[in-house]
Amino acid sequence: MNAAQLPALQIVIPLLAAPVCVALRQPRVAWLTAVVATWSSLAVAVVLLQHVLATGEAVSYHLGGHAPPHGIELRVDALNAFVLLIVTGISAVVVSASRKSLSEELSEKQHYLYFAATLLCMTGLLGMTVTADAFNVFVFLEISSLSAYSLISMGRSRRALTAAYQYLVMGTLGGTFILLGIGLLYMATGSLNMADLAVRLQGMEANRTVQTALAFLVLGASIKLALFPLHVWLPNAYAFAPAMVTALLAATATKVAFYVLVRFLFGVFGTDFAFDAMHLDRVLMPLALAAMFSASIVAVFQRDLRRMLAFSSVAQIGYMVLGLSFASELGLAGGIVHLFNHAVVKSSLFLVMAAVAIGVGSTQIEDLRGIGRRMPWCMGAFVVGGLSLIGVPLTVGFVSKWILVRAALEAGLWPVAVLILLSSLLAVVYVWRVVEVAWFEAPAEDAPQVRRPPAGVVCAAWTLAAAALVFGVFTDATAGVALRAARMLMEVSS
Amino acid sequence: MTRHVILRALAKLLIPCIMLFALYVQFHGDYGPGGGFQAGVIFAASIILYALIFGLDEARRAFPPRAVELGVAAGVLLYGGTGVASMLSGANFLDYTALAHDPVHGQHYGILLVELGVGITVTAVMVTLFYQFAGRRRVE
Repeated sequence: MNAAQLPALQIVIPLLAAPVCVALRQPRVAWLTAVVATWSSLAVAVVLLQHVLATGEAVSYHLGGHAPPHGIELRVDALNAFVLLIVTGISAVVVSASRKSLSEELSEKQHYLYFAATLLCMTGLLGMTVTADAFNVFVFLEISSLSAYSLISMGRSRRALTAAYQYLVMGTLGGTFILLGIGLLYMATGSLNMADLAVRLQGMEANRTVQTALAFLVLGASIKLALFPLHVWLPNAYAFAPAMVTALLAATATKVAFYVLVRFLFGVFGTDFAFDAMHLDRVLMPLALAAMFSASIVAVFQRDLRRMLAFSSVAQIGYMVLGLSFASELGLAGGIVHLFNHAVVKSSLFLVMAAVAIGVGSTQIEDLRGIGRRMPWCMGAFVVGGLSLIGVPLTVGFVSKWILVRAALEAGLWPVAVLILLSSLLAVVYVWRVVEVAWFEAPAEDAPQVRRPPAGVVCAAWTLAAAALVFGVFTDATAGVALRAARMLMEVSS
Repeated sequence: MTRHVILRALAKLLIPCIMLFALYVQFHGDYGPGGGFQAGVIFAASIILYALIFGLDEARRAFPPRAVELGVAAGVLLYGGTGVASMLSGANFLDYTALAHDPVHGQHYGILLVELGVGITVTAVMVTLFYQFAGRRRVE
């Protein structure tokens, strides 16, 4: 085995660790298996990213030794190597922290199922990211979605079941649309390999089948990534799932769906088709702006912190799609950096929520009076995450919003740049509401004693919050890689 | 179900035949129509028929839920393990040519093992689904 085998390992490690968890069954052993699997996946992702950046070429892997376009190809370039790193990194941190916190919400008997489902979900997400085969995207999408539904339904309250069911209906719709789109593409071109599709699709702008395929694919991916009017499944799913599941899914599932949209628009259809001929930007940009404002406003009025963060997620997804809709190198880079920013920050914030839920027994905002002084570490991480969500300098949120504003100005759309800044003010409002209650109000007289949250959860939240700070200062690792990935995509698609 | 002599007698006669047919579909899958998924469903159908005629408790005694759950895991492990074995012998994941000295034999072994993995997991998942639904107490 050598470095060339790494793309397959990215899928194989979590795929095989999942049945091992089921077979061994002991909660502790299952957790250890999951920890080893996620950290080794992270190591593989790091090596892959380094390799891709050093050589500047994509790593291609022929599954089963069958050469593309007929065989299934795995292909890792700067863009998906970066996404792989995010997914494996977040999974490694969250899974490591989840043992103690999970015992609060799930009986020990079910732990092995949780870890198996988490690993399968990871398999699906990594598979979607790593594959260069359009149909494979759908297969892995279903693997990740089905395990995500079951993970969400493990929530303590009975409403988790309806939330999971709602997600199941919406997610199945999204998956079916994607499948229809891929089917139509196959009908029109006779190929499923993405690079091959891109070649064959050239000059087919007027083909109705291909146009319909584009419509189905964009719609399906938009449901899965919770673009504004199609986001209704997200707040309940995030609010009622076990805290650790939310921390994981919020950072990975929608991000990979966004990656899939980017890959199809830029890597398969190309900007000429998607933006110049079909004018997708005229649909995506207003929806992205609507998401940024409406979801932020709704977030301001939420009483439950987890729901507030969930709506904030919808708003942040708006920024990513906005970056994509500029169809420029800078805009795309902004979207990708924002993907990183949001993954790291939202995961950290949801981990804080997990700790607060254990410490206080509630995530309602009125129960958190004066909690900052009693759980300083926890709420400290919340402040850092909140700052990055707003986009304060020295956090990675600033880097992504800065690039997005520059992209808007470059495209001559200064009103959009103003709107980006205005919607950031809304983020100030909803983050400040929490900070004010937590740090500046005195605890209620009859407030119950605070339990110490598990140290692992607080450590994990701080690890991710620290990542938001570090990469906000050393921007080469995020903005640099994102710019390279964006440049590569624009070269492919032009 | 103690009274339904004909049903019980027929089931006892049919179940071994169904199982044998499942194995035929499983291992003949690389020459004719069939394969792991179909075989798994047929095999599971025989177990479900047993449970329908002789009761859930009898079926659980014959095929303990814990063993069935192990089957779910074992099938996937067999499938993935075959892929890893081909990786360890220097080829790509699921490239069976490296599994034996002769590439044709390698392909043969590979697909046989992978399909067996599929068959085991499908059987186990079908039976698990049946146990889960049949085991739910009725809401009064």
